[in-house]
Amino acid sequence: MLNLDVYLNLRDGDTIAAIATPPGEGGISVIRISGQDSFAVADRVFVGKSSLSASPSHTAHFGKIVDGEGNYVDEVVALTFKNPNSYTCEDVVEVSCHGGYIVTQKVLGMILTAGARAAEPGEFTKRAFLNGRLDLSQAEAVGDLIHSKSEAAYRSSLRQLSGELSREIKGVRDELLNLASLLELELDFSEEDVEFANRKSLEGRLTDALTVVDGLLSSYAVGRVYKEGVRVTIAGKPNAGKSSILNALLREDRAIVSSIPGTTRDTISESVVIDGIVFRLTDTAGLRETADVIERQGVDRAQKEAEQGDILLLVLDLSENYYNGIDPLYSKLERICGAAGIKVIKVWNKLDIHRSGAPRLPDEGRVFYVSALTGEGIEALRKGLLSAVLAADLGETSVVVTSARHRDALSRAGKSLRYSLETLRSGRSGEFVAMDLRAGLNALGEITGEITTDDILNNIFSKFCIGK
Amino acid sequence: MTEKKYDVIVVGAGHAGIEAALAAARMGCSVMMVTMDIAAIGRMSCNPAIGGTAKGNLVREIDALGGEMGKIADATGIQFRMLNRSKGPAVWSPRAQNDREGYSIEARRRVEAQENVHILQDMVTDVYVENGEMVGVQTGTGVRVPCKALIISSGTFLNGVMHTGLKSRIGGRFNEPPAIGLTASLEKLGFVSGRLKTGTPPRVDKRSIDFSKVEEQPGDPDPEPFSFQTKEVTRDQVSCFLTYTNHDTHELLRNGFDRSPMFTGLIKGIGPRYCPSIEDKIVRFAEKERHQIFLEPEGRDTNVVYVNGFSTSLPAEVQYDAMKTVPGLENVEMLRPGYAVEYDFFPPHQVKLTLETQLVKGLFFAGQINGTSGYEEAAGQGIVAGINAALRVKGGDPFVLRRSEAYIGVLIDDLVNKGTSEPYRMFTSRAEYRLMLRQDNADRRLMKHGHKFELLPPDVYDALRKKEEYISVLTDYVRQKSVPPAAVNSYLESIGSTILSENEKVSQLIKRQDVKLSELLQMEFFRSDSLPLEAASHKHVVEQVEIETKYEGYIVRQLEEIKKFEKFDSMEIPEGFDYARVKSLSTEAREKLTRVLPSSIGQASRISGVSPADISVLMVYLHG
Repeated sequence: MLNLDVYLNLRDGDTIAAIATPPGEGGISVIRISGQDSFAVADRVFVGKSSLSASPSHTAHFGKIVDGEGNYVDEVVALTFKNPNSYTCEDVVEVSCHGGYIVTQKVLGMILTAGARAAEPGEFTKRAFLNGRLDLSQAEAVGDLIHSKSEAAYRSSLRQLSGELSREIKGVRDELLNLASLLELELDFSEEDVEFANRKSLEGRLTDALTVVDGLLSSYAVGRVYKEGVRVTIAGKPNAGKSSILNALLREDRAIVSSIPGTTRDTISESVVIDGIVFRLTDTAGLRETADVIERQGVDRAQKEAEQGDILLLVLDLSENYYNGIDPLYSKLERICGAAGIKVIKVWNKLDIHRSGAPRLPDEGRVFYVSALTGEGIEALRKGLLSAVLAADLGETSVVVTSARHRDALSRAGKSLRYSLETLRSGRSGEFVAMDLRAGLNALGEITGEITTDDILNNIFSKFCIGK
Repeated sequence: MTEKKYDVIVVGAGHAGIEAALAAARMGCSVMMVTMDIAAIGRMSCNPAIGGTAKGNLVREIDALGGEMGKIADATGIQFRMLNRSKGPAVWSPRAQNDREGYSIEARRRVEAQENVHILQDMVTDVYVENGEMVGVQTGTGVRVPCKALIISSGTFLNGVMHTGLKSRIGGRFNEPPAIGLTASLEKLGFVSGRLKTGTPPRVDKRSIDFSKVEEQPGDPDPEPFSFQTKEVTRDQVSCFLTYTNHDTHELLRNGFDRSPMFTGLIKGIGPRYCPSIEDKIVRFAEKERHQIFLEPEGRDTNVVYVNGFSTSLPAEVQYDAMKTVPGLENVEMLRPGYAVEYDFFPPHQVKLTLETQLVKGLFFAGQINGTSGYEEAAGQGIVAGINAALRVKGGDPFVLRRSEAYIGVLIDDLVNKGTSEPYRMFTSRAEYRLMLRQDNADRRLMKHGHKFELLPPDVYDALRKKEEYISVLTDYVRQKSVPPAAVNSYLESIGSTILSENEKVSQLIKRQDVKLSELLQMEFFRSDSLPLEAASHKHVVEQVEIETKYEGYIVRQLEEIKKFEKFDSMEIPEGFDYARVKSLSTEAREKLTRVLPSSIGQASRISGVSPADISVLMVYLHG
């Protein structure tokens, strides 16, 4: 057996972060940060009584996550683990977020901006055992796991290879390989009597390749919708019929996935599947209380609720409108959410009572007239929910990236290709262009399975679940 | 013949053998060099040139390790050029035309002058192994000579067969007999051999060339020597000349295809794709109307001219007739036809990164026997084999150059892990860390090794240390020093660069592509700073600072890549590790790993046929 000292230098590796709890709703979500800079990284986003770097190992710290502009993002508890007494044997900080999935994603984003890198699937475990944390019997068990998983991964990669995504990536990769060859030709065979590639044409082709990579990258948002579902927040006054709409949507759908018990916030979440996409509908506590309380606070709370979702379903009462007009509260909330990039769908309920108010022409396709009681218009609403998440993002491409690992690889490829393009435009010699082009190729190769030597270890353990 | 016992025996006195013998002797070993012809020591079998793209880097590296090739090339060069000068520094490569005879004489002089090296004109026909260790050789004259290590660098001589047209004759080189017996002897020990092919063009008489019809290619006005120990090259240079084949040439060659040993299947060995014969070129690139022919003089005092680009094994009369259609060669006198040569090699997965064989301790392979082509590739392996043979005899950790450290490292790593099916030649694109493996910094990368093994004169290493000191002084200086617009704007204007409107760091200015540090430091403004100016008076110091500053962003990114790479390469796999024990390895991976016996996880991951899943399984077993 080898001496572990040989691997001590592994602790010099970069700092990685990921959400360690399974995706979806839960009381808390834990973000794990590991690596030599994990304390410094955490301190950049965490505001508590004292800095985490200065705190002893194995202590818990209550504090806030605050973004660059000083805005409060979430209340968290940070746990400190100093090397080697942590899961990975590295310095580790675990941040327990309370704000739900979207907020956790946001916090993770901030941590990544603060200097950590998104962890590969299984990377924490990889580090744990690279650093000697696991003993032989544990390691052998892990070995079996890797093996069984790789069989599955092999089959799934075969499936992917026949799929659109791989074809698309292979296409880009082949083109980049051609470009790289053209560059190498003029470097290694400059004395030969051959025609060397024209810089302008190289630039055009590289730009095209980058466009494809960027397109795939942006499809990840859609891919995520398929994979992780859509969060829909329902807001409205208590008598507007929120719960009856929720029930109507659920009734229409025979395949109710699950009924998730209320979380810390005492909200009600139900899941409904529409055309294979999971919509998680959450009835907010926010507006329920606001009718009688101070208006301003009500909107703030509803906004906070809505910010955790992808879609805000604003339920309005046709009959109330008939007598009282639209409460300014609604338009205010709509404006605020719209500005935050959250899609707002307006649902006029009680069509059975006040048909005179409908049907009107829906503006922007996001206004629906329904009767939760009779079920009228509910089908249209279901379609509306679907098109709200698909139509806007899918664009022209039918290829969708769903895996975070693919997204990471594409993002690194895009970064390298951008460097490469910049170098090409600056008129520098081919070997500088080639350097980043190769890095881009290697990154794409991680997806198609044409793995290049340096990245192998990072890919090996991708069969593990993230954050384990 | 004395019944002497040697520490190291070197078979072959070509470019690999020379470096191997000299390195081992300088490390204190008694060395016997066995060559079939003493006059053939250091003979350039093919083109009379050293260096070229990526190969020039190899020469610089050999030199930094304390080898001879660069010094011999400097002493006997007749034309020097720095290739790729219009491109970035990482792909600059020195190349020299050499006096073929002169090179060989100079090489022989150096070998003969070396203490501890005994030269024997003979042939090694058999090797003796006891308990898996090399113990001695048998020579053609029937003498048995004991040794502790044997380095075989036999070039194209192992069962060599030469072809010109359908006539074939045995031999390793024009008019030289082949080495018979050694291949069989090695096969008996369990080694596997293969067959490769290479070729050489005809030689012609300079006096029969019409130079008015060819294009002159002069050497550089400021010739750069190869060796860090050569101060400068002052001799006059000789020009080469460029001409082209044409439609008629190709027609005549085609007419001889029925007598081509290649196309008729007589030649079985695989030839290099990057250095094809002329007949290969016109078949594979039929649409191409002309091919370049370089007329390279073989020396200052000879009329022999090497017809580079016209390598062929067609019948002599076809070669002759075809050449006469080439402008400038209408009345050419052919002195000797080109030929192809087939020879045995031992697929290189059978050696370790030290070039010691897996099967026999103390037996080393270097050069064409490992499937490479080229003098520089051979010499690079020669010095590594020589050092490791000496380390084996004298004791010491094996010497392995990493891919991130040297082209020689890339070369050997590729051979061992990827193998080769054609004669392997170095290219800059084979090196993933090309930006760091430059010809200009080979001394800074590798002299520490040459120094450690005492292959470098002490003053040479002292000079490097001084150079490093100057580099560090000047680097700090350019990083810290700010210049006011008035001090440099006239210079910036003169080179068409944007002028300054406020103070700017010197390092920022050098980052501009058109600004040269050497020119910048000429400005009056810098005169008062004596220490950096002293550093700046050395052009190689300025060059290093300039390159490292100008390309800093790229270098930093490359260094990060290297760090990642070295991490995996530092994870050792214990010698004698039994892959059969690891049940979850795929069958192919187990086979390949058992064959190559990698010394690190990084190396294992580069072996073709070993998948990431296999690596993960391996890591689990090794790292429990």
